[in-house]
Amino acid sequence: MSASVVIIGAGQAGGQAAVSLRQFGFEGEIHLVGEEAAPPYQRPPLSKDYLKGKLERERLYLKPREFYADNAITLHTDARVARIDRDEKSVVLESGESLNYTKLIIATGSRPRPLPLPGADLDQVFDLRTLADIDALKPAMVAGKRLLIVGAGYIGLEAAAVARELGLEVTVLEMAERVLARVTSTVMSDFYQALHESHGAAIRTGIRLSSLKGEGAVTHGVLADGEEIPCDLVLVGIGILPNEELAVGAGIACKNGILVDRDTRTNDGDIYAIGDCAHRPLVHYGRDGRLESVHNAIEQGKIAAAHIVGKDRPAEDVPWFWSDQYNIKLQIAGLSQGYDEVVVRGDPANESFAVFYFADGKFISVDAVNAPAEFLSAKRLIAADAALTPADVADESVSMKDIMKTALAR
Amino acid sequence: MVKITYIDHEGTRRDVDAKVGESVMEAAVRNNIPGIDADCGGACACATCHVYVDPEYLPKTGEQEAMEQSMLDFADAVQDNSRLSCQISVSDDLEGLVVTTPESQH
Ligand SMILES: Cc1cc2nc3c(=O)[nH]c(=O)nc-3n(C[C@H](O)[C@H](O)[C@H](O)COP(=O)(O)OP(=O)(O)OC[C@H]3O[C@@H](n4cnc5c(N)ncnc54)[C@H](O)[C@@H]3O)c2cc1C
Ligand code: FES
Repeated sequence: MSASVVIIGAGQAGGQAAVSLRQFGFEGEIHLVGEEAAPPYQRPPLSKDYLKGKLERERLYLKPREFYADNAITLHTDARVARIDRDEKSVVLESGESLNYTKLIIATGSRPRPLPLPGADLDQVFDLRTLADIDALKPAMVAGKRLLIVGAGYIGLEAAAVARELGLEVTVLEMAERVLARVTSTVMSDFYQALHESHGAAIRTGIRLSSLKGEGAVTHGVLADGEEIPCDLVLVGIGILPNEELAVGAGIACKNGILVDRDTRTNDGDIYAIGDCAHRPLVHYGRDGRLESVHNAIEQGKIAAAHIVGKDRPAEDVPWFWSDQYNIKLQIAGLSQGYDEVVVRGDPANESFAVFYFADGKFISVDAVNAPAEFLSAKRLIAADAALTPADVADESVSMKDIMKTALAR
Repeated sequence: MVKITYIDHEGTRRDVDAKVGESVMEAAVRNNIPGIDADCGGACACATCHVYVDPEYLPKTGEQEAMEQSMLDFADAVQDNSRLSCQISVSDDLEGLVVTTPESQH
């Protein structure tokens, strides 16, 4: 059989893999199979400009729809894969159609963690994951309506910011004692809580929601202490789960994501896994983990394609992420998990500052708020494994560029 | 439609018809122009859409915001005519625009 790559999941990672395969000169067949109706698109604007109504849908697409046919990529949309048959080297679609592969890439992404409470299936309760979710939600995002957001992660808070800008009344409920508790430090949590409050959103932390109430459509969120919060719509943003079931079903090793090596290969040498669904080596940190970011999806898409065509592995960049809320751009370089020391450079009151994270004296990550110099220097410093010290960044009389140069030269 | 020419670091020229209102980055990505990665999709968060603008057109590409300036300050191989192409909005004024892409965006 001539070479044929099948990609399951036509999202950010799968789309990138298909594009890169052609760019790297792969001449065999490429099947890009996705269960959504749209061609591969970017999700970040879904909770930002697209939700605001500032971006037409076509501008979300990674490539125009014609691109795929023009580049001999067979794009199967509205097509869900039911299982992988490793003995036959084929994937079977829910339609019954089967596609043979010489190499298979699993790029199935992740799905919202479902709200495990009574009433979660009422009308006007929305997820924030797909274009279809947002298209369903948009008509309800009308000035004056009361929006309840469950979960104060980045995506929930971005939606809160858009909703305030559109004139909705916003209440955010968070189980933890502070917003963004799972992903960042108290300095950042305090900053974002104050930011949202200054824009008129009610942020309630340490709150346990016990159910959603309503007949047909949701009308109230009911808290554990019995308090009822009236609302017209609810957004659920309490994290995501990797879509690893196809891999598990095919006997591929998984552990909070599909286990892959630096070349994105699973324990079956002909099967790769990339993007949100993959559990990968984090080379800058000497451990492994699952990333949920555009950077990761693009990078792993390129790495898988390069490995398939026998090209050198593209560079593994320092993990990075961004979030836009109101007029604030946050850029995160590196992973802060496990930090034991924090240095704040700049003043949160000026809405331009950066939080540097250290573990055992080693610099590991930065949260840069309207501070691109800090973000870009940090990316370079972590990549170079440079010896940046807490004292370096604490000295605000030295520019970040000079601090970077000094640390790189050590 | 506005004609834009992208020249890669090896000197190969590629012409595209850009739409008014889209960015110079989007026109490139839509037309599969190599040399512009645009990882963040235009959020001014990644600096992987760096281009050199033909100096003749530079004044017509609009002002740089502080964010873009700081990002460019850290990009590789920056020149006076460097811009982030996601921050240049295509207008009729830019008819015939020529931009060159750097050897690498990383
Ligand atoms: C609202 C929102 C905002 C975000 N903002 C940012 C941001 O600002 N910065 C950032 O870096 N990241 C952001 N992210 C995260 C980023 O978008 C994801 O990490 C990225 O999309 C992951 O790409 P992926 O290809 O792995 O998964 P996806 O893009 O989710 O693609 C996976 C695709 O596989 C399909 N699929 C799954 N199972 C099957 C099957 N059995 N058969 C066929 N198809 C299947 C799914 O339908 C989906 O289309 C955001 C995410 C969301 C939802
Ligand atoms: S596309 Fe990321 S900065 Fe321009």
